[in-house]
Amino acid sequence: MIFPEFVGGVHLPSLIPYIALAGMVGFILTILPGLIWIERVVIALMQDRSGPNRVGPRGLLQSTADVVKLFFKEDMIPQSADIKIYYLAPFLTVMCAFSAGAVLPLQTLTFRLANGDLQTFPLTVGDVNIGVLYILAISSLQVYGIVLAGWSSNNKYSLLGGLRASAQLISYELSMGLAILCVVMFAGTCQLDKIVDAQSGLPFGIPDGHTFIHEIFKGSIFSWFWLGTGIVPVIIYTIAMIAETNRSPFDLPEAESELIAGFHTEYSSMKFAMFFTAEYVSMLIVSGLNAALFWGGSLPPLNVLPFTLIPGFLWFIIKVMGGIFFFTWLRATYPRLRYDALMNLGWKRMLPLGLVWLFLLAVVSLGRGPAKSADNIPEKPVTASQQVQTNPNAVAHR
Amino acid sequence: MATVIAFWVLAILSVVASIAMVVTKNPVRSALALVGTFICVAAFYILLSAQFIAAVQVIVYAGAIMVLFLFVIMLLNLGSPGALRERGSLQPIIATGLGICFLIALLLSGSLLSLPLPAGVRPAEYEPLGTVRAIGINLYDPNQPWLFPFEATSILLLVAVIGAIIMAKRKV
Repeated sequence: MIFPEFVGGVHLPSLIPYIALAGMVGFILTILPGLIWIERVVIALMQDRSGPNRVGPRGLLQSTADVVKLFFKEDMIPQSADIKIYYLAPFLTVMCAFSAGAVLPLQTLTFRLANGDLQTFPLTVGDVNIGVLYILAISSLQVYGIVLAGWSSNNKYSLLGGLRASAQLISYELSMGLAILCVVMFAGTCQLDKIVDAQSGLPFGIPDGHTFIHEIFKGSIFSWFWLGTGIVPVIIYTIAMIAETNRSPFDLPEAESELIAGFHTEYSSMKFAMFFTAEYVSMLIVSGLNAALFWGGSLPPLNVLPFTLIPGFLWFIIKVMGGIFFFTWLRATYPRLRYDALMNLGWKRMLPLGLVWLFLLAVVSLGRGPAKSADNIPEKPVTASQQVQTNPNAVAHR
Repeated sequence: MATVIAFWVLAILSVVASIAMVVTKNPVRSALALVGTFICVAAFYILLSAQFIAAVQVIVYAGAIMVLFLFVIMLLNLGSPGALRERGSLQPIIATGLGICFLIALLLSGSLLSLPLPAGVRPAEYEPLGTVRAIGINLYDPNQPWLFPFEATSILLLVAVIGAIIMAKRKV
């Protein structure tokens, strides 16, 4: 589908960030009750229970009832809490969870420019060149909300939960970074939409051509980076993303059998709901990053008719929902890890494996030459002195 | 115009945060104020079109180093903030004096009286300098002078990491 550049004097490509922002926030907020419902239904199925079936058809309105309940619950504040930080913590957590979604590419839009050329724009809030680093930075800030919640409640269980959360996040961020680095090295860019673009080629190094086979497999499931980087990075990333979102089997910060509810023991009413929201939003965001990095983002799994009819953003959402299903599946399947087992897995298994794999992939990518991405067009290096000289104003002011 | 407004908002925020960091008696709040300062500095880097450095600033300082600081502060359980106050120390006086000297030096160098950016030059025109690509090319291109210093620094960092592990291991 090709859009015109101007409609009624409005420059459409410059509206993309606002559309993406509205779409992203709207999607996250409307899907949240659905996510909780999906989780309950799926877990009930896996554990052979009935699940929610009282409020609304098939229990669909159960989440709405929960939200209403949370709104009207009494908001309790512990007597010796550090009030300011106690209030700040849930806001920080939600804010970091939402803002990480700003660079996820939902779809590629094609515009016909005024001079007749075609140009593609990614449907993202911010198409920044540090896309992957931005998500890493925001997710590294997410620790603060949890740690401060644990500390400011002035409760030993909360403090233990907060400390566990920070130790866990720091440990698994490294492996996550290494897995992402494998993809960045193969794609040759940090920009998420270009990483998706880099997956739209032919798999297994098939030479270019225009046969039927080429058409089907161009940008298909086999040319995405889960296979392209050799499966190990996607496994490391998936484990690390579960640990980063504090979900079962890595939910030690809120282990209810040891720590009551961990870092949010002392939070009630809407402040508890905000932690709950943040957890689900960050599940969506890390699944979205997984989809964009390893599972082809908005690309259909095979380039043939029934798949190509579905627009790109729907493919992206389907992949994100696949990630959510995986989260739920794991929660119903695995018991919680012991704390030392968690640290051993992070530092002694995944980190060395990630380092060795990164090294191997570096050797491979040396062998096959520079990555063929749009970011890699040979160009003269830009230096500070050259920049100033090419700038007539700067010279005039000397 | 938007840049100027953003600059002044960030400038006020970062100065307030750094003063709060020094003045606050509660160590956790002090650490938080320092995190705020780091994030403001990262935003300054973005205003200067140095996006890569901004991201690294947040990841390394706010995301890793300050989390470790907070970790230690919380584990130490320092007790009442009043017990931490130093008495009869010369440090605050010397620090204030040196700070005033630094401010005077800044004023004399003209950094505060006339902003160094000439009129007509917008930060956006330096845009290619701060991207991941430009920094990568400048660091790794053999024609640029930075490859050797970069590799030397990375070896130094590696030595420091191994040294830290050995020193920590001895006590186990």
